[in-house]
Amino acid sequence: MTFKLQYFLKNSLKRRYKYRKRLLDLSQKVTALHIGGSFSCLEILDVIYNYFINKKYKDKFILSKGHSAIMQYIILEDHKIIKKKDLNNYCQNTGSIGVHPEIFTPGIEASTGSLGHGLAIGAGMALAKSHKNQTIYVVISDGELMEGSVWESVLLISSLKINNIVLIIDNNDLQSATKASDTHPTLYPIDKKFSSFGWDVSKANGHNQNEILNKILNRDKKKPFALVAKTIKGYPISFMKNVPYWHYRAPDNNEYKLAIKELKKLKR
Amino acid sequence: MRNNFSKYLVRKAEKDNNIFIVVADISPAGKMEDFQKKFKDRFINVGVSEQSMIGLCSGLAASGKKPFAYTIATFSLYRPFEMVRDDLCYQNLPVTVVGMGAGTVYSTLGGTHLTQEDISIARSIPNMQVLVPCDPLELEKCIDYCIQNKKGPVYLRIGKSGEAIFTDKSKEKFIFGKLRNISKGSDVCIVCSGPIIKLAFELKKRFKNLSIYSAHTLKPFDYKQINKLENKYKKIITIEDHSEIGGLASIFRENIINKKKLFNFSLKDKFIHNYGDQNNLLRLHGISVQKIERVLNERN
Repeated sequence: MTFKLQYFLKNSLKRRYKYRKRLLDLSQKVTALHIGGSFSCLEILDVIYNYFINKKYKDKFILSKGHSAIMQYIILEDHKIIKKKDLNNYCQNTGSIGVHPEIFTPGIEASTGSLGHGLAIGAGMALAKSHKNQTIYVVISDGELMEGSVWESVLLISSLKINNIVLIIDNNDLQSATKASDTHPTLYPIDKKFSSFGWDVSKANGHNQNEILNKILNRDKKKPFALVAKTIKGYPISFMKNVPYWHYRAPDNNEYKLAIKELKKLKR
Repeated sequence: MRNNFSKYLVRKAEKDNNIFIVVADISPAGKMEDFQKKFKDRFINVGVSEQSMIGLCSGLAASGKKPFAYTIATFSLYRPFEMVRDDLCYQNLPVTVVGMGAGTVYSTLGGTHLTQEDISIARSIPNMQVLVPCDPLELEKCIDYCIQNKKGPVYLRIGKSGEAIFTDKSKEKFIFGKLRNISKGSDVCIVCSGPIIKLAFELKKRFKNLSIYSAHTLKPFDYKQINKLENKYKKIITIEDHSEIGGLASIFRENIINKKKLFNFSLKDKFIHNYGDQNNLLRLHGISVQKIERVLNERN
């Protein structure tokens, strides 16, 4: 294990506690927020921002599932790219940061929110190749795979041999109200679809950062790479896990206290 | 126009290696083949995937490149509309969306290949600029603008092939955002957008006093000029190969003070189910030299 990896993993628990706590704190100021999907992709975003992104190589990250942008803002705040006072104003009348990411916000590379856009934008950035070692990281949701535009890009990226793209699918199996595996059972298996389109594909437990990291590090760099990260919506809060209700909701004060209590236990 | 587009872009791309052309399954015939051969890495054929074409261009522009997205107008604007709106306009990225063979050019292909309302749609999106050159020379000027443009996206509406040249003798130069006088006259002026300007020049053979303008920039529009024309001429005639809603006719109707002076020749707000040559389609929607001539002959 490299020193960088050791350092990353050593601080990961503390960092993720801080990020989730910040989101819960912010949740008390707004009527609703996409808490379930934001929690499901935190381990992934943390790996991308705090391990992979290399500014020297002009690496970029696009959150195609834009509704989880609050998690992105929280990490950018931790990196001192977004100001604390701006994030405190999240979704407020006087604020400039809302639910979905905007290219005009520091640290944000693309305005997403409408699903099925991020992968093609990432493909363009990858083609522009601002640095010879540049990698473009894109995170999409599994529900987003129902958008036809995603498959246009999946086919196109491998056909154009754009190999500096790492796509991570936040596979929490829940859309806003239903399970993807119930409404669209033929969406599965996801990995075989990507490999048949010429991508290198791996699967990982989306909450196990060691696994995510190793799968990305050991990818075939001669192909575009997709990681199907199996996640749990609402993770790790017991009463939020896999409950569709938590797709778009802010916890009330009692739920907030319970969630913080659970997070504190996990931190130990 | 399309040959001139490729030919001129090749010339420009020789000096500027940020110019990319992203096409959606357009055969690289004629001069487009030159671009592909000379700048292999900057010619991208995305195939039949227009949504990806626009998304890809936005990623290129966000990385400092100058992409031209190029295909038949209906597929460059209608099919990937949300990508045009969100990825280009909302993010305000300088991408040129080229709508080739716009209006009724593809007259035998039916309504799925016609763009009657593209200008209206493009104009209504914030940040979008709309350029409609009237001939191959004016197209070159528009391309020059698009290459140096850093303001935001452009919808560049062009014809297809065989367009005559009208602006070679024009004393007024192309200035982005300004109405351009192409042929001087008095009494009556005709304002046109696009290659349909040929009808005005046909009339000019018999009506020597006609003044002809090219409205090459439909957004931002030269609104101040409308009232100046109103004061200068007895009649103002607009001609466009586009719906009466949201294009040149609309712009004049919404801004002219003396509406009695204004005569619009536009496509009706109806789908076209006819075939044949382009003149046939235009005539069925009330656009013909004869109809315009009647307005010129009326006394008032």
